[in-house]
Amino acid sequence: MVIGLAHYLTVAAVLFTLGIFGIFLNRKNVIIILMSIELMLLAVNINFVAFSVVLHDLVGQVFAMFVLTVAAAEAAIGLAILVVYFRNRGTIRVEDIRMMRG
Amino acid sequence: MILPAVMFYLFSAVAIASGVMVVSARNPVHSVLFLILAFFNAAGLFVLMGAEFLAMILVIVYVGAVAVLFLFVVMMLDIDFAELRTGIVHYLPVGAFIGFVLLAELLLIFGSWAFAPDVARLAAAPVPAGTAGFTNTRALGDLLYTRYIFAFQTAGMVLLVAMIGAIVLTLRHRVGTRRQVVAEQLARVRLETVEVVKVPIGSGAGD
Repeated sequence: MVIGLAHYLTVAAVLFTLGIFGIFLNRKNVIIILMSIELMLLAVNINFVAFSVVLHDLVGQVFAMFVLTVAAAEAAIGLAILVVYFRNRGTIRVEDIRMMRG
Repeated sequence: MILPAVMFYLFSAVAIASGVMVVSARNPVHSVLFLILAFFNAAGLFVLMGAEFLAMILVIVYVGAVAVLFLFVVMMLDIDFAELRTGIVHYLPVGAFIGFVLLAELLLIFGSWAFAPDVARLAAAPVPAGTAGFTNTRALGDLLYTRYIFAFQTAGMVLLVAMIGAIVLTLRHRVGTRRQVVAEQLARVRLETVEVVKVPIGSGAGD
């Protein structure tokens, strides 16, 4: 019962699929969609680290760190936009977000 | 020998279960809390793989910053979440179908791929093996601050831009509130604030 690369890739694939599924399931709720994107980025990070460890190559972990950075920046900006949008419109329904100019 | 396998199955099972809860929880606060649980278990998986530094970064950055940010926004905005959940049964079949197809494709790929023959030679930054006291953190630092310093600085710029952007987006000056103007306070001189009045005996200091 040796845990190899395939095990980690399977976990990452399941998490990534859950992220996609979450986007489809919560089509009206931007906050859950952002969380689903975070889940997908986590799955990508698991893939990066798994390959990095198996291939004895540290670049995968360095890149995973940059993915983490971009994910944090994306969450911060996304939630800021969400707060501003809610302040102006009083709703965050995805269907209502279709006006390009305020 | 059996312990890593048990830990792997524990961590991955809890991570996947909390992933399911993230997308299906009725209350968004519960979603955020399950997201935190998923990140903790992913950090456990990273430790199992031997990437301790990334595991700790994951806990600090995601649990400490991003998840708290989500929690803050979910609790601050006054949103009718029950209304947002309407039609979820409608979207379930399509989402399940696409998710199933994607998962099947990914698992099919896993059965039929192989490493390139000279993959060991192609390693851009081989892990320095066998050196005593050379931890994962130190190896990453050696790499990050030398060869990837430009990318590291760029990541810092990305974070700076995100910070400034978030502040600029959400900062607003309300009208009608009394704000402290520090420059005005500092620019005060004695002449316009203190007045010496000579009070005659028998009468008050009033005008």
